[in-house]
Amino acid sequence: MTLALREMRRRPGRFAIATVILTLIAILLMFLGGLLDGLVASSTGAYRIQNGDLLVYSGNSRDALVRSRIEPAVRQQVESVPGVARVGGLGTAQLGGRVPGRGPRDLVPIVLFGYDLAPRGLPATPPPAGTVYADDSLRAKNVKVGTTMQLGPARSPVTILGFVSDSRYSGQGTVWGSLDTWRQVLNANRPDARVGPGVVQALVVQGDSRTSAGLAERIDRSTGGATASLTITQAIDALPGVSQQRTVFNQIIGVTVVIAIVVVALFFALLTVERTALYGVLKAIGASSRTLFVGVVLQAVVVALIASLIGIAAALVLDAVIPAGTIPFVATPARLASSAVVLVVAAVVGCAFSLRRVLRIDPAAAIGGTP
Amino acid sequence: MTLVESIDTARNALEMRGITKIYTVADDVVVALDHVDLTVASDEIVALVGPSGSGKTTLCSIAGGLLSPTDGSVVVAGKEISDYSGRQLTEFRRDSVGFVFQTVNLIPFLTARENLLVVDEIGRRLGRVARDRADQLLEELGLADRAANLPAQLSGGQKQRVAIGRALMNDPSLVLFDEPTSALDSNLGDQVVHLIRNEMKARGTAAIIVTHDDRITHYADRTVHIEDGRIAK
Ligand SMILES: Nc1ncnc2c1ncn2[C@@H]1O[C@H](COP(=O)(O)OP(=O)(O)OP(=O)(O)O)[C@@H](O)[C@H]1O
Ligand SMILES: [Mg+2]
Repeated sequence: MTLALREMRRRPGRFAIATVILTLIAILLMFLGGLLDGLVASSTGAYRIQNGDLLVYSGNSRDALVRSRIEPAVRQQVESVPGVARVGGLGTAQLGGRVPGRGPRDLVPIVLFGYDLAPRGLPATPPPAGTVYADDSLRAKNVKVGTTMQLGPARSPVTILGFVSDSRYSGQGTVWGSLDTWRQVLNANRPDARVGPGVVQALVVQGDSRTSAGLAERIDRSTGGATASLTITQAIDALPGVSQQRTVFNQIIGVTVVIAIVVVALFFALLTVERTALYGVLKAIGASSRTLFVGVVLQAVVVALIASLIGIAAALVLDAVIPAGTIPFVATPARLASSAVVLVVAAVVGCAFSLRRVLRIDPAAAIGGTP
Repeated sequence: MTLVESIDTARNALEMRGITKIYTVADDVVVALDHVDLTVASDEIVALVGPSGSGKTTLCSIAGGLLSPTDGSVVVAGKEISDYSGRQLTEFRRDSVGFVFQTVNLIPFLTARENLLVVDEIGRRLGRVARDRADQLLEELGLADRAANLPAQLSGGQKQRVAIGRALMNDPSLVLFDEPTSALDSNLGDQVVHLIRNEMKARGTAAIIVTHDDRITHYADRTVHIEDGRIAK
């Protein structure tokens, strides 16, 4: 084993090409992963900050918030289902926002959320009518505490009281107010989608600690199919585009990993061919194939680790220099660590292709004289 | 087996009986060794001389557990190795024999001292003891001041001396030299053979030295001639 590491120290040039290629692959992996995480985060924040176990849409909504309406009577039914601890209403309106200091045609896409069961990071009592909390990402759009922005064609004014982080929805910044604020803004701007008092788009349901299993089915049964209940995770996956983004990115990431495996496999196969004589001598003096192969794996793992470390550093730099609100890239520890693990595993798998070659080397060939 | 025979066995470094080695390449059958009997006593140096293709390397390979014979029995330091598995042979080579090859086969990216310590790394891992042993061997071989040099920085003779040191690292019962001087000029060759004899005799280690070179034979205790895979009587 020391032999393998010593070779890397004394002959770093031998491993340079593989390290460079694998480093580029590592950067690509982490960039793709970070982009995926960023995209998903920017479409799902509003759901992830919900303080609940289930999201209840109306039965005919096909699990889409825009098509969903929950009448007060249905809400009462849901509240009385055994196992339901707390229920909150949720309403949304996607509107263009006019922010002072920006051009009159420079509308900021905004999603207004009305709530009455406070999501994480928002006050338990929703802010008074006409006031909202804004998502952090809107700071980059010149939104500040005290700013009054005008929403939609009706230019409904809302004043920013403060900020909440990581609460974006379908890639847009959000503002959070009371359900009354929401109904007022919605009815003023979307006459076609007017809602009556007490109507919401969806319900956020908290179950009692231990009765959450089967709660979704119980709710949907007791409302006679007027509701469709999903766990928050299911609701996130049902968000438009989210699972497609995941699939596309994971396919690209998968192809990248395959390329990493091929690179390592080719590189270490070549290296093993170059080392045939050396391995023959080592086998002749008593090294087992196992010892030699462990050395190969060790070298591949070291190369992958170096590549991963540079990749992680590059991802962190990228994360720091990309201006907020431009490219949706985030460098999360989980993504960076899992990319590194994937790369190391790819390296081990890749050099496994050299195993047969190492096993086949004949120590008798090492001793001179044979043709 | 009688008592006398078993004592004999223990005293001998190598006993080959009825060794036959047949290589089959495609439809060609080459009898490289044909019923060879050879005994080497525990501290004996045997010169093995014969024309090219006579089976010298094959004999060494079988004695050192690099090849298995087609037929016959090989006993090295009391161990019958002719039907060892590949894994057992690897262990046997690691622990019981030393090889010095015709071509210098040092590991190019390791220093002289590290080339000796490789034997410990792939084998028993004695650590300190092995390091002391390597230093002592380098001293004896006149390489103390070359210990930190890479093979590329050593002369041909020095490289071959490092190889001899490597062959002695595992304290073998039998050392096999396959034309150790063929790559050296006659002066250097003489020095190396002299050194081999001194090292073997100081340790009481048995050796087979394959050679074309007549000058070597007088350093040996006995010369064995081989031709067409048969030991000449
Ligand atoms: N791996 C092999 N496959 C087939 N034939 C072989 C193999 N190794 C050796 N032989 C044959 O066996 C015979 C003995 O070969 P060996 O290498 O033992 O001879 P040698 O005495 O060492 O010759 P040299 O002095 O040239 O090194 C030769 O005819 C050789 O061609
Ligand atoms: Mg030969």
